[in-house]
Amino acid sequence: MTVLLEVRDLVKRFEAGGLFRGARGAVHAVNGVSFDMTPGETLGLVGESGSGKSTVGRAILRLTEKTSGEVRFDGVDVYQLSGRELRTLRRRMQIVFQDPYSSLDPRVMAGGAVAEGLEIHRLLPKAEIRGRVADLLQEVGLDPSFAEKFPHECSGGQRQRIGIARALAVDPAFLVCDEPVSALDVSVQAQVLNLLADLQRRRGIAFLFIAHDLAVVRQLAHRIAVMYFGRIVELAPTDALIRSPRHPYTQALLSAVPVPDPGRQRTRIVLRGDPPKPTELPPGCPFASRCFHPMKDARCVSERPLLRVVGGSEVACHYAEHDSLQPSVPSSPAP
Amino acid sequence: MSELLEVQDLRIRFPAPGGGSSVPVDGVSLRLARGETLALVGESGSGKSLTALALLRLVPPPGKIDPSSRIVLEGLNLLELQGEAMRAVRGGRIGLVFQDAMTSLNPVISIGEQVRETVVAHRSLRGKDARERAVALLDEVGIPGARARYRSFPHELSGGLRQRALIAIALAGEPDVLIADEPTTALDVTVQAQILELLDALRTSRGMAVLLISHDLGLVAGRADRVAVMYAGQIVEEASTSRLFRSPSHPYTRALFGSIPRLESAVDRLVPIAGAVPLPDAWPPACRFHPRCPEVLPRCSVETPPVVPLAPGESSRCWLLVKGAR
Repeated sequence: MTVLLEVRDLVKRFEAGGLFRGARGAVHAVNGVSFDMTPGETLGLVGESGSGKSTVGRAILRLTEKTSGEVRFDGVDVYQLSGRELRTLRRRMQIVFQDPYSSLDPRVMAGGAVAEGLEIHRLLPKAEIRGRVADLLQEVGLDPSFAEKFPHECSGGQRQRIGIARALAVDPAFLVCDEPVSALDVSVQAQVLNLLADLQRRRGIAFLFIAHDLAVVRQLAHRIAVMYFGRIVELAPTDALIRSPRHPYTQALLSAVPVPDPGRQRTRIVLRGDPPKPTELPPGCPFASRCFHPMKDARCVSERPLLRVVGGSEVACHYAEHDSLQPSVPSSPAP
Repeated sequence: MSELLEVQDLRIRFPAPGGGSSVPVDGVSLRLARGETLALVGESGSGKSLTALALLRLVPPPGKIDPSSRIVLEGLNLLELQGEAMRAVRGGRIGLVFQDAMTSLNPVISIGEQVRETVVAHRSLRGKDARERAVALLDEVGIPGARARYRSFPHELSGGLRQRALIAIALAGEPDVLIADEPTTALDVTVQAQILELLDALRTSRGMAVLLISHDLGLVAGRADRVAVMYAGQIVEEASTSRLFRSPSHPYTRALFGSIPRLESAVDRLVPIAGAVPLPDAWPPACRFHPRCPEVLPRCSVETPPVVPLAPGESSRCWLLVKGAR
């Protein structure tokens, strides 16, 4: 199996403070994240706010510089590249942002936004750009006349489509989707999710799909990685992760997802305690302060559990072999 | 069940730039009984938050509530109340919890003081008694070490604790009705679950009525007794929660269900609703959902559909439910 993207021990620290006394210390946004992705694969990266999921996406594209670790794309170390080489590589790696309101320049018409990548990378003779922009707009389900519209003339869903067309223009092999539907209304969300699924089928693009909503991620991802406090605590094929989550945090996260079915009886895990402060990196398991696993002990507080294979999943828990709960999402009852 | 709050034909009008007016809330009627949770569900721009603000007469100018509308709280027509009397209701008999605790709390006053202020404004308690009452409220909403946290400032608290402080303020006036407008949207899912549990527990222990406003049908499923679905300024369907989720009667509600990604049963493909949510200055004529409706009839674009009663407290604004309409 060929590997498209290799991330090894990625660390990103933000130096905090300086302005106020006592506010110093580094925020450990990403704390040693490793994973591989194959061409055409969708990896879901799930976590709550502050878990570091967006920073992982940005550090892969070098939109933010890593502190340490390694990112290889097609065997090339992304961090060894010069500015010019990086620009060439960016043709193959693109990103779609959460907020289509702020990620598009309000003074650039949609056609110009989509054409920008083609122009920068000189991918097409000038005369052909207009036609390609029209094709791209159509590919994302917009009428070619949208090329003449400013962002404020478009709805949220239309803007997100423009953002996707812009990313597709340079024909990337890898796309980071950072909360691509969370700013959209539910009825429009589904349109964009279906569009992304179609694009992947048609173009074989690999997606790193970053989102806080497990139900949304589940819709597209082949595998899901759950992040907590800058680390991956569980990585498994989508079905396995949803049906039989092994990390207590994954279990809690799943049990908290609202399910649109009032008749369903579910085990609700209500977490107590607070997550650690982002400036205070605990030596042991970052989830220990909120963990409800019956076997939790001193080892969890002192020794950091590493990601290891347990029954087809990768789990960072000392006691992943031992059941902490029944699976939190039982199979659906017959309608 | 006795009605606690009754909204009849609520209509909110904003003057439009080129003359005329837009009506973002257009004929909303609701009933809320003591001890009940009614969910008001809709997408952005459906008018659900504006409806909530109208209940407290906080519609932002130049918006105006039409004089023919009625909002009645146990026989008291709120739209006829003057200054002081309305202020007693606002934050008193009707409490409000907003989505974003960080912007609704005052950043330079400790949370305890903010609760105490509301206690003083709405109860006859003063001095030490008011302070003790504020501590008790912080404790009631599950803020650990309430006495010590009294002096904490909003920025020193986590998002979940801030939301709890906001709920304590809303409870300070001993409300009969608690309006919770997207109370958990800004929170992480694990914290969201905690806040919803809290609202439910408070409703039971205090016998309050809760109006839960949300864009998230999933969130409402486990929490509400009844659901009213809003679209383009109108309630298109109202039903008991179990009936709504079992057999939604309005095509919009059905379409919403088709477009929600499910955790427990992945479908190969979601069924989205075509087009976008219309804006208040461009509501489509006749049935406002007809341009996006997968089950549209010829008459839907020319004749306004009636509100069809389906059972006590259940209705649907759709031609499909009128016998012989097809």
